[in-house]
Amino acid sequence: MITQFLLGGLDRRVNVVLALILAVAVVVPVLHLALPPDNPFHVPNYAMALFGKYLCYALLALSLDLVWGYCGILSLGHGAFFALGGYAMGMYLMRQIGPRGVYGDPILPDFMVFLNYKELPWFWYGFDMFWFAALMVVLVPGALAFVFGWFAFRSRVTGVYLSIITQAMTYALLLAFFRNDMGLGGNNGLTDFKDILGFPVQAPGTRAALFAATALALALCFWICSAVTRSKLGKVLVAVRDAESRTRFIGYRVENYKLFVWVLSAMMAGVAGALYVPQIGIINPSEFDPANSIEAVIWVAVGGRGTLLGPIVGAILVNFGKTWFTSALPELWLFALGALFVVVTLFLPKGVVGTVRQFWRERSERKAVAVAPIKPNPEPEPAE
Amino acid sequence: MKEIAEGSLLYLDNVHRAFDGFKAINGLSLVLAPGEMRAIIGPNGAGKTTMMDIITGKTKPDTGDVIFEGKVDLTRHDEAEIANMGIGRKFQKPTVFESHTVADNLELALRARRGPFATLLHQTTKAEFDRIDEILETIRLTARRDWLAANLSHGQKQWLEIGMLLAQEPRLLLVDEPVAGMTDDETAETAALLRRIAKTQSVVVVEHDMTFVRELGVKVTVLHEGSVLAEGSLDAVSSNPKVIEVYLGR
Ligand SMILES: Nc1ncnc2c1ncn2[C@@H]1O[C@H](COP(=O)(O)OP(=O)(O)OP(=O)(O)O)[C@@H](O)[C@H]1O
Ligand SMILES: [Mg+2]
Repeated sequence: MITQFLLGGLDRRVNVVLALILAVAVVVPVLHLALPPDNPFHVPNYAMALFGKYLCYALLALSLDLVWGYCGILSLGHGAFFALGGYAMGMYLMRQIGPRGVYGDPILPDFMVFLNYKELPWFWYGFDMFWFAALMVVLVPGALAFVFGWFAFRSRVTGVYLSIITQAMTYALLLAFFRNDMGLGGNNGLTDFKDILGFPVQAPGTRAALFAATALALALCFWICSAVTRSKLGKVLVAVRDAESRTRFIGYRVENYKLFVWVLSAMMAGVAGALYVPQIGIINPSEFDPANSIEAVIWVAVGGRGTLLGPIVGAILVNFGKTWFTSALPELWLFALGALFVVVTLFLPKGVVGTVRQFWRERSERKAVAVAPIKPNPEPEPAE
Repeated sequence: MKEIAEGSLLYLDNVHRAFDGFKAINGLSLVLAPGEMRAIIGPNGAGKTTMMDIITGKTKPDTGDVIFEGKVDLTRHDEAEIANMGIGRKFQKPTVFESHTVADNLELALRARRGPFATLLHQTTKAEFDRIDEILETIRLTARRDWLAANLSHGQKQWLEIGMLLAQEPRLLLVDEPVAGMTDDETAETAALLRRIAKTQSVVVVEHDMTFVRELGVKVTVLHEGSVLAEGSLDAVSSNPKVIEVYLGR
């Protein structure tokens, strides 16, 4: 049943995208590891981390598009799920440091020694095991999304109000994680990681593996999203997006559908955050900054909401732009981002991918009409 | 009180609903027998749509009984539950899922399990395809099967919505102004279609178009200011002086 469901998500276009992502997963690490540094095709260390980061952002954007593009839930707080996934991974990495910290405590991370913790807080238990941390990477964001969504969707909070409370959610977490007595490193967050699954995080081989893992995760989530959006459930989601109350009147419990896709999306965002942290080397409360979540919305809008390729393209394009801008004209980046959003909203409401797709469709329709002029034009709609 | 509800399909008794002090529904009582088709007429703002909102769970009445099949208190259930009990509704302003194809609109409405996990793993069966084809035939949209609903004409959207109603296989259909924006021919066809539906299901039709109501040839209820003004055959109510006054006195 599950395989049938997953196979339903495949078609030529999806296969091409999957093949591309998988090719990236193989080629980039190979270029990094196999070529000597003086080769023009060698991918240097900093670029590995950079590209890996782009892929994590692409996965975050994909998860956001699943709720926004397909179900009309505009989340301005998806960065919270990303950051929670990141913290879960960060806690694992902290516990891997063991006695190699500055204070040399075998159990307690440095910041706890510094803050006079006598013992490990209860919620740090288990994070020394990778499988447990990996589970928490999806369960913690999933649980928060479930609780949040349960109340919000049941009380039928929609539109701008929902967006505002998602923003409030990430802001509240930002403030909470800043506090030292949260036991999660406060202001400084978690950093100085040493190794992951026994491999040094900074080593070229580990970087290559992390990059490949990120690309694989992106491919897998892309596939899942494709299967979900093509299933009958996906059609219900779009129906909810377009005419929520109509969907209720044919007997669908809209809140359950929203909750399902919201939790799924939060889990994917958590995975993105977990892959981000070992590649960047730090997780701190600034990841909860509402501005991050808004940036993610812009990636999706630029790439094209309601398409699965769009958010991936958007996240990569905008972040390439950001990298270039912040080195060339750092003080102008925010203006450029704002201008980009305005331009896209006004001139490319379907985003890059949506616009290209529409262009192709219209072209092929024109051709079809030229060959067989039978296809009737839709009759104009009378004014309501 | 409730005994009267027994044996009826739909039973409304002394229903009240005010919006900010304005009494949209004011002591409305109405009984529909199983298998009956009923036409509801009344001037703008009479409360016809609000009555449907109350039956389908969109609006809760302030007071009064709304009972389905002699036993279910509809005021205790929400839209989805009421829909799944077998009450289907076509809206005054046609609302179809614009970014879905005509066939997908029907598939979504088709009677099937409605939970997220059921739909996630759902595979459209041969029987479902056949049923969709059959409905497309009935609503004359076979040629538009793969069109996006957004590209349909106003009249076609009305028909698609009626098709979605059929797909749900409800026991009671509430149809709000089905022929608004239709040509005379389309109107006549719609009347014929509704009469056919009424052979197996109960139907409540709200309509302003008197030619259409005449073609339905069923008992008529006249609503005015939120309550029933007259009830009977179309000829009887249209010669009723109170009804004439309401329609002419505006
Ligand atoms: N949700 C609401 N909030 C406030 N007022 C409402 C609401 N729903 C209906 N009304 C008011 O109740 C009155 C009855 O409206 P309703 O739509 O039921 O009339 P109707 O008989 O369907 O009229 P029409 O023939 O124009 O469709 C109107 O004056 C309307 O403004
Ligand atoms: Mg009305």
